[in-house]
Amino acid sequence: MSRTLISHAQLQRGRGRAVYWALLAVVVTAFTLVFLGPLYWMVTGALKSGREIAQIPPTLFPRDPEFGNYVDAWTQLNLGKLLFNTFYYAAGAVLFQLVLDTAAAYALSKLRPVLGNVILGAMLATLMIPAMVLIVPQYQTVISLPLLDISLIDSPFAIWLPTVANAFNIFLLKRFFDSIPEEIMAAALMDGASPLRTLRSILLPMSRPILGVVSIFAMTAVWKDFLWPLLVMPHPQTRTVSVGIYAFAGGTPQNVVVAASVIAAAPTVVLFLIFQRNIMSGLTTGGLKG
Amino acid sequence: MATITAPAPARRTAHPRPATTRRRRKIQDNLTGHAFLIGAVGCFALFMWYPMIRGVVMSFQHSRRGVTSWVGWDNYIRIVNDPSFWTAWRNTFHFTGLALVLGFVLPFVVAILLNEFRHAKGYLRVLVYLPVMLPPASALYLFKYYAYDPSEAGLFNALLRAAHLPTSEWMQSPTMTMPAMVIASTWMNMGGAVLIYLAALQNIPGDLYEAAELDGAGLVKRIWHVTIPQTRLILALLAMTQIVATMQLFIEPLILANGAGTQDSATSVAYLIYQHGFFQNDLNGAAALGVIMLVVLGAFSAVYLRLSTRQDR
Repeated sequence: MSRTLISHAQLQRGRGRAVYWALLAVVVTAFTLVFLGPLYWMVTGALKSGREIAQIPPTLFPRDPEFGNYVDAWTQLNLGKLLFNTFYYAAGAVLFQLVLDTAAAYALSKLRPVLGNVILGAMLATLMIPAMVLIVPQYQTVISLPLLDISLIDSPFAIWLPTVANAFNIFLLKRFFDSIPEEIMAAALMDGASPLRTLRSILLPMSRPILGVVSIFAMTAVWKDFLWPLLVMPHPQTRTVSVGIYAFAGGTPQNVVVAASVIAAAPTVVLFLIFQRNIMSGLTTGGLKG
Repeated sequence: MATITAPAPARRTAHPRPATTRRRRKIQDNLTGHAFLIGAVGCFALFMWYPMIRGVVMSFQHSRRGVTSWVGWDNYIRIVNDPSFWTAWRNTFHFTGLALVLGFVLPFVVAILLNEFRHAKGYLRVLVYLPVMLPPASALYLFKYYAYDPSEAGLFNALLRAAHLPTSEWMQSPTMTMPAMVIASTWMNMGGAVLIYLAALQNIPGDLYEAAELDGAGLVKRIWHVTIPQTRLILALLAMTQIVATMQLFIEPLILANGAGTQDSATSVAYLIYQHGFFQNDLNGAAALGVIMLVVLGAFSAVYLRLSTRQDR
């Protein structure tokens, strides 16, 4: 490992070593408090009764933990249905992106048809447009698709199709495909493999890591999104979990709302803890290096 | 950037073919290529490129009972004369400025610190990134109900009281609304920037620090003369993306402040777009506001890029 700001030797000598360990202890404690603390507060707060949560000063541990708030959240907010909806939209978004964005990245990286670079440029240009600017015309488009005059309101396609227009993921995939040597492609072509066959049997098996990263990004993006599902999924039966909590927050006890928030956050947190290595490497290598 | 224009794939044909066959082959190849692109291009066209144009068109139109007419700058005039317009811009700039002070400097400092540790690195990285994975609505209800509770039952007030500091009304105080939103937003979002900085720091060659140290540069000087110049490009890029992101402030006021906040202290431009478009039945006005936002952010980005690339030369 190459040296950083402070040399390795300096950290191993008497005083440097003491300072290093002291600082490490302070940082680990502070980070645990700052980043895990609020989550602990959230999970245990929702275990407290309405009276205990209003108590001054607040209690560190719930006095007699009750799961009533979680049960209420689950039944009153119809969380099962909301979680299912969100999962359904997220899974569909992953599928649509894996098929259409992978195909597009493959074409842009390996097949390179005429105007391919113009198309790539037009896609990348959308990264510069703030999402809020497009929200109104996008909503208008979903209300009535041009030429077809179909409304996608309350249809999962209103979430699935716009997620395909993700220049960042196409760029990630294209960069990965670019790194696959041309010789392999040429060899497949010599053997008479069609472009689809080459993609399926050669490129995709080699691209598993990046496909995993794109899937996770697609999934969490849908899970975290708020304004778009709020607009295009207005019916209580089609809502996502974040929107459902927001819709109920006004007339529901605070502890129940927080309990519902904990349940809504659990899937992404678990996903992150399982795949943290892939997520982090995807973020840093795909993000800005190079 | 990756190579966007790379040489065409080497095609080895066993026998030279007549020109017509080769041309037909080329057309065939192009058609195949476009067939692979069509799905994604269709989605971009429908949900990105077309709405972009439509937004601009809508901002010059007026629709009532299905009849659409051109109205010139009317929507813009109406939007600018709305008293909330200037409040919203002031609040948005206020948020962006505060978020830059806290949310831009902090991740860099944290990344420098984490990069020096040889232990617990993975654990600390997971911790910093964990809030990024929470749905923003979930995290914001945590802040709203448990952290920013104006009584002393709230987490922040309890901590302040334990430290013998004056407590705050948080979201119910017009002056604390912005800082409270910035704290919540930074907590939720800083993980991404920390990871990107960490990757950039790991790319700094160790020899540079070695040489600086031999020249007698202390810790601060090494940060100033090695770390910052070496990561300047990424710092500049992230500063820009962060400004563009924070200018679109929306969910924080919506959930923490119920939209406008105490005495309009939370109204943001994005929230105003939402209000006009979906509550005041004024989609054309919302489109005009969107175009104004695009122009402001576009002008900012252009000036910013110009300045930061000029320094490169």
